[in-house]
Amino acid sequence: MNAQNNSQINAQANTQALRFVPASEFKERAAVAVADAHLRKSFRGAMDFLIAKRAAQFPDPVALESQRGLAEHIRKYSLARLPDLLEQLERNLTANGVQVHWAENPEQANAIIINIARRHSTKLMVKGKSMVSEEIELNHAMADAGMEALESDMGEYIVQLDGEKPSHIIMPAIHKTKLEIARLFAAKVPGAGYTESVDELIGIGRAVLREKFMTAEIGLSGVNFAVAETGTLCLVENEGNGRMCTTVPGVHIAITGIEKVVEKLEHVPPLFALLTRSATGQAITTYLNMISGPRKPGEKDGPREMHLVLVDNGRTQAYSDEQLRSTLQCIRCGACMNHCPVYTRIGGHAYGTTYPGPIGEIISPHMLGLAATHVLPTASSLCGACGEVCPVKIPIPDLLIRLRGEAQHDARPGHAPMLGQGAAKSALVDAIWSGWAALYTRPALYRAFGWLATRFRALTPPMQSGWTVSRTPLKPAKRTLHEQMAARERR
Amino acid sequence: MDETGNRHYPDKPPKVYLFGTCLIDMFCPEAGMDTVRLLEREGIEVHFPADQTCCGQPAHSSGFPEQTRAVALAQMRLFPEPWPVIVPSGSCAGMMRHHYPKVFADDPRLLAEATALADRIFELSEFLLHVARVSLSDSGQPARVALHTSCAARREMGTQVHARALLAQLPGVDVGLHEHESECCGFGGTFSLKHPAISSAMAGDKVDALKETGAETFLSADCGCMLSLNHTLQKRGDPFQGQHLASFLWQRTNPEGGRR
Ligand code: SF4
Repeated sequence: MNAQNNSQINAQANTQALRFVPASEFKERAAVAVADAHLRKSFRGAMDFLIAKRAAQFPDPVALESQRGLAEHIRKYSLARLPDLLEQLERNLTANGVQVHWAENPEQANAIIINIARRHSTKLMVKGKSMVSEEIELNHAMADAGMEALESDMGEYIVQLDGEKPSHIIMPAIHKTKLEIARLFAAKVPGAGYTESVDELIGIGRAVLREKFMTAEIGLSGVNFAVAETGTLCLVENEGNGRMCTTVPGVHIAITGIEKVVEKLEHVPPLFALLTRSATGQAITTYLNMISGPRKPGEKDGPREMHLVLVDNGRTQAYSDEQLRSTLQCIRCGACMNHCPVYTRIGGHAYGTTYPGPIGEIISPHMLGLAATHVLPTASSLCGACGEVCPVKIPIPDLLIRLRGEAQHDARPGHAPMLGQGAAKSALVDAIWSGWAALYTRPALYRAFGWLATRFRALTPPMQSGWTVSRTPLKPAKRTLHEQMAARERR
Repeated sequence: MDETGNRHYPDKPPKVYLFGTCLIDMFCPEAGMDTVRLLEREGIEVHFPADQTCCGQPAHSSGFPEQTRAVALAQMRLFPEPWPVIVPSGSCAGMMRHHYPKVFADDPRLLAEATALADRIFELSEFLLHVARVSLSDSGQPARVALHTSCAARREMGTQVHARALLAQLPGVDVGLHEHESECCGFGGTFSLKHPAISSAMAGDKVDALKETGAETFLSADCGCMLSLNHTLQKRGDPFQGQHLASFLWQRTNPEGGRR
């Protein structure tokens, strides 16, 4: 590494690669997180704040329903024509002077970006917020290649400075308190004094970043919506760092998942309106960048070279199944995690994946395979809060149930096996459910079981798996409802 | 969202079926009996098909579709007459009303059966309010209660609206609002067994919130949530306990003040 004296790089080097997280560790991390009263309180407070802000934007439930219906329709329409739209997007971007690259997996995506960076003798890349760049762990790949990738979104900057991963897709540093950030800046930002003033802290970050924007050879950004018909990349942000990243450096690389494309410009406003309201409770963000190509002859600013990297990374697998395809409707607003009682209790890091919360539980299995992730779809009580708030109406609970099934069974006839299909298969669990079905489809046997369980209720086991961790054991009643109803009928 | 908002309600029928649910059958049969008493008091004859077992939800939510179908199919055939089917549990009612059609989506004949049954499924409080159109007369002492309307009950059956409207008919009953009322209590069926740490944290927060209302008891239209919360309280040594909505309504409105 040629930049050992750089604090950001040092912080980077300490980062644990979190891409592959053994399923068995989710429960341990969750248990630790749940026991951390401070973390729970701060997540609860932050989520309550976001929930209230979103709710204030949607005073009329009927209007919200029709907006969600429209947004869902646009996303479904776009996905139904995805292959065509992607080709159209490529054609139009190419005509606009943008170089389009396709990456099947994180390695390919990183290689494409590093190649471009090397060609420009890059020392520094400034990054706007991009979850896809987190997904491919670009910062690591850049560091390994001897180049610095610096996050310029304030939340991402904080998280990077501390060698962490984002704990939320919209608010990456939401797990950190003001005091933690104050201490972090004092320790890690060269020349920064200790301050607890939020304005001053932001000022410190800004000062560092300002200078970096000027010197970076490459700016990288994500994409919220890619418009096929016009070859326009839309970038939603609040801090202006996205605009800096996409206009100041000589080269702009945009990176996004293949599902982000819509056909027409007019498809953007309905999605944009729901995205900002669902995400941060804003009617509109400070910036909506619409980027259609590099600097043209005679223009005074903008990058001289522009690229788009389209990443698959498991999305095709979701796409190829009629039900699972709805996963790709997601516009990454984060509302499902804000409203998730599990996410609220354990925070984003416990999941161990780039995307935490309900959206992470349904998309990670496609990216990382069910062998590594089969526990994630089980980390839900299926309460339905996520599906209720999702602005594009992804039936998240149904998808969780489906993935639970895929993890425990062979592929259904006529369906291609998923990556890691059947990874959680267990002969014991199969036998339990088969026994359960045998009992519950045989009424006489079921009634006999009820009779025995009530007569021998004193023998009910005192330890009942996870139930008795914090509850007293369940005990059958003295007489089942079946028996009581039968007795009534005899009278 | 109250998905029952646009539902067309039939006139009060002379006869109904009762689907008791497996949890009520084994663990809170008194809630089932009180359901029968409430319905009979309205002059409705209650039929309880003796071959009923479970709606199939545990296998469904665990990702065992084959077993779900077997058990669901066994229930679907038990209600041949065109009478309403009353389910004193929001999540089981939600399963039969909203999920049966999905479970049988790939078989047109079974789908038609499932859809026809789904049309006749009523969660108890919804039925009392909108079909039986009860007017309750309160015979109890003034009481403050809290109401827990679980996830499926709320999002699939609109129970928080119906139960509140029923309780509003009781002048002596003051229903306290608790913090994060719409949030899950952490039961989630097999979720409570698979993820005890998270489930316990959720249950703990829920009982704290319910208690903070200063209520004497909390009510739930779901036996699963109620058991989970009651047993959490018992483990803490806390005497605060919840009651099934059916039992509370019966006890409050029956002048003899209780069970026969
Ligand atoms: S799944 Fe829905 S709620 Fe969750 S991030 Fe995506 S769009 Fe938002």
